Amino acid sequence: MNVHEFQAKSLFAQFGVPVPRGKEIASPEDATAWANELNTPVFVVKAQIHAGGRGKAGGVKITKDKGAVAGFAKELIGKTLVTHQTGPKGRQVHRLLMEEGANIAKELYLSILVDRDTGWPTFIASTEGGMEIEEVAAHTPEKIIKEAIDPAVGFQGHNGRNVAFALGLQNIEPAAINPFVKMLGNLYRLFMEKDAALVEINPLIITKEKGLIALDGKVSFDDNGLFKHEDVQKMRDLNEEEPLEIEATANNLNYVKLDGNIGCMVNGAGLAMATMDVIKLAGSEPANFLDVGGGATKETVAAGFRILLKDPNVKGIFINIFGGIVRCERIAHGVIEAAKEVKITVPLVVRLQGTNAEEGRKLLAESGLKLEVADDLWEAAQKIVKLTGKAA
Amino acid sequence: MSILVNKNTRVVVQGITGKEGSFHATQCKAYGTKVVAGVTPGKAGQEVEGIPVFNTVADAVKKTEADTSLIFVPPPFCADAILEAADAGIKLVICITEGIPVNDMVKVKRALRGRDVRLIGPNCPGVITVDEAKIGIMPGFIHKKGVVGVVSRSGTLTYEAVHQLSTLGLGETTCVGIGGDPVNGTGFVDVLPLFEKDPETQAIVMIGEIGGDAEEKAAEFIKKNVKKPVISFIAGITAPPGRRMGHAGAIISGGKGTAAEKMKTLEAAGVKVVKNPAEIGAAVKQALGR
Repeated sequence: MNVHEFQAKSLFAQFGVPVPRGKEIASPEDATAWANELNTPVFVVKAQIHAGGRGKAGGVKITKDKGAVAGFAKELIGKTLVTHQTGPKGRQVHRLLMEEGANIAKELYLSILVDRDTGWPTFIASTEGGMEIEEVAAHTPEKIIKEAIDPAVGFQGHNGRNVAFALGLQNIEPAAINPFVKMLGNLYRLFMEKDAALVEINPLIITKEKGLIALDGKVSFDDNGLFKHEDVQKMRDLNEEEPLEIEATANNLNYVKLDGNIGCMVNGAGLAMATMDVIKLAGSEPANFLDVGGGATKETVAAGFRILLKDPNVKGIFINIFGGIVRCERIAHGVIEAAKEVKITVPLVVRLQGTNAEEGRKLLAESGLKLEVADDLWEAAQKIVKLTGKAA
Repeated sequence: MSILVNKNTRVVVQGITGKEGSFHATQCKAYGTKVVAGVTPGKAGQEVEGIPVFNTVADAVKKTEADTSLIFVPPPFCADAILEAADAGIKLVICITEGIPVNDMVKVKRALRGRDVRLIGPNCPGVITVDEAKIGIMPGFIHKKGVVGVVSRSGTLTYEAVHQLSTLGLGETTCVGIGGDPVNGTGFVDVLPLFEKDPETQAIVMIGEIGGDAEEKAAEFIKKNVKKPVISFIAGITAPPGRRMGHAGAIISGGKGTAAEKMKTLEAAGVKVVKNPAEIGAAVKQALGR
C-alpha cells in the first residue's frame, strides 16, 4: 500500500526524522490561513498523488508571495497531472500539502528496503539527490552506496557512519554527520516497526544553515503487515486506486487491471500470469490479472465475472482453472450459477484441468450456456483469441 | 532415490486442528505420507483422523520422532511457528501459509542462519516425492513416478507442468515449491544441486516468475555446476512494471526482474527456455531424446 507524501512526512516526524513545517490543506482558504501561521519567506504547495514526477508535470508551486498560495491551491485541486508514472490518462489531484521552503546547499538520496538477495534491510544512498535513482544506478553505479543492517541486532552506529563517510559528508558538511547517523537509526526503526516495504527520501537535503531535512518522502507498506497497524490502514486513499481493484479486494480476489481486451479468470498467481502470457502468444492482449485463489467458490467466480464485465475493454473471457484442492465440477457449477445472475455478453472459453475436470466439462457442455470448453491450455487460448478477433 | 523427503520422512503438522490443517493432514496421510503428529497449543490429547495432537512441537518430536514439519498456522503466528519447529530440532520445515509479513520473514531467515534446519516456503504448495511422501497441498493424483525434478516459485503453474510431464509419460521424481514471497527459506540454487546429485532425476524443470533475481542466480549456478538438462518457463512476460502480480515477490521494480531479462540470462547459461507454458512437457521430452 502506498501513502501520500504528507502522510509519509507525518510518520517521519513521529520517528524523529526532520521534515519541513507543513500540513495537508483542503481549500484555498485553508492555504491562506496556514500561510499566515507558517510565516516563512518561501511557501511550497505540492499536489498529493501516488506517483512521482509531480514537479515536472506542474504539480509543485513555489512562491515568496503569501497572497499567491490560495490561487495555487485553487489551480491544483481537481487538476489532472500526467507524469511518467501515471500513464497517459494522468491522475486527478484531490489533496495538497503546503509547507515552508528550504535553502538547499546539497541534495542527497536515501532509502531503505529489504534486499531480496540477502534478506536483510538495506540502506541505499547517493550524492546524486533529486535524480531518478534507477538512472543513477544504470549510468553511474559507483555513486550508489549500500549498507545492509543485520536484523538480529538492528541498526548500529557504524552502519550510519559507513554511509556518511562513503557519501563524503566529511567534505560536504561535517556538521551533518551526527544528525545523519541518528536519522538512519530512526528510519530503520520506522521501517521495521511499521512493516514498511520502502522508505525513500529524495531529496534529503543539507540546508545552508547546515541542517538535514527530508524535503520529499515516499513510504510504501507491505500489504501482509497491514493487519498490525491500524494507523497505517487509515492512511489508505481509495481515490488513488483503481475502482475495480477495490471491488476485487473486497471479494478476496486478486485483480490488476491491464489494457488488453481478453478478460481472464485463473486460480493461482503463477498460472494467472502464465495465462496472460499465453493470450499474448496467441496474438491478443490480456485485459487483467485475476487470481481467484485456492478456495474458489461459486461466489468468487460470480464476483470475478462481475468485475471482468465492468471493464468496457473486455471483448471475451477466458477461464483457466487447474483443479487441485478446488474441484472442477464445483467451478463448473459456479460458472453456470454466475451466468444466470450476471448476463454474459461476450464470448467465453472455459478450460478445466485437474481434479474432476471431465465432470466439470460435461456439466458445462450440457448447461445450454453459450461457451466453448477446452482441456488444453494452448487450444483454449487460441479459441478465445479467434472468437474475439486480434487485438485492436 | 529422491530429494528432501521420502517414505521414511516423519511429519508433524502445525495448525492441524484448523480447517486447512486438518483437511490437508488427512490428504497427506491418505497419499501414504507418515504423518505422525499434529500441534495446536491447548489441544493436546485430541486426534485428527487418528493423528495425535500435541501442545508443542517439542512434545511432538519427543513422543513421535517427527523430523519434518508442515505449517498451516495463520500469518500473524507463523514466524513463531517456524522458529518453534527449528528449536524443537525439526530438520525440514515446510511452510504453506500465505501472507506472512516480509519483515517477520527477515527476522526468521536471520535466526535460522547457520543452523541445521532447512525452511521451504512460505507461501508454497510444499514438497512431493512421487509415490512416497506428499507434504503439502498439491493434488497427489496428477503426479506419476518418473525422471523429472521440478522446482517452482508458483503453485498451480507447477501443477500445470506436472500434468504435462505425467501425460507425456515422463513422470517426476520430486517436486519442490519454493514459494512466491520475496524473502523465503530455500531458493532455486539450494534445490538445483540436490537434483543434480539425485541419480533418478534425469532432467530438471525450473519454473520462475518476474521479480527478484533468483532466476539469474540459478543461471549462474547451472552454467558452472549442472550437467543435466534444465528446462525453464518464466511467468509474467506481459506483466507491467510496478504492479504486484498476486505473489508478494512478483513485482518488477526499478526496471529489474523482468521476464525477458531472466529468459535471456537462462538461455545464455544453456537452459532451454520455453515461451509457451503449454509446451513445458514437450520441451523436456525433446531434451531427453524420447
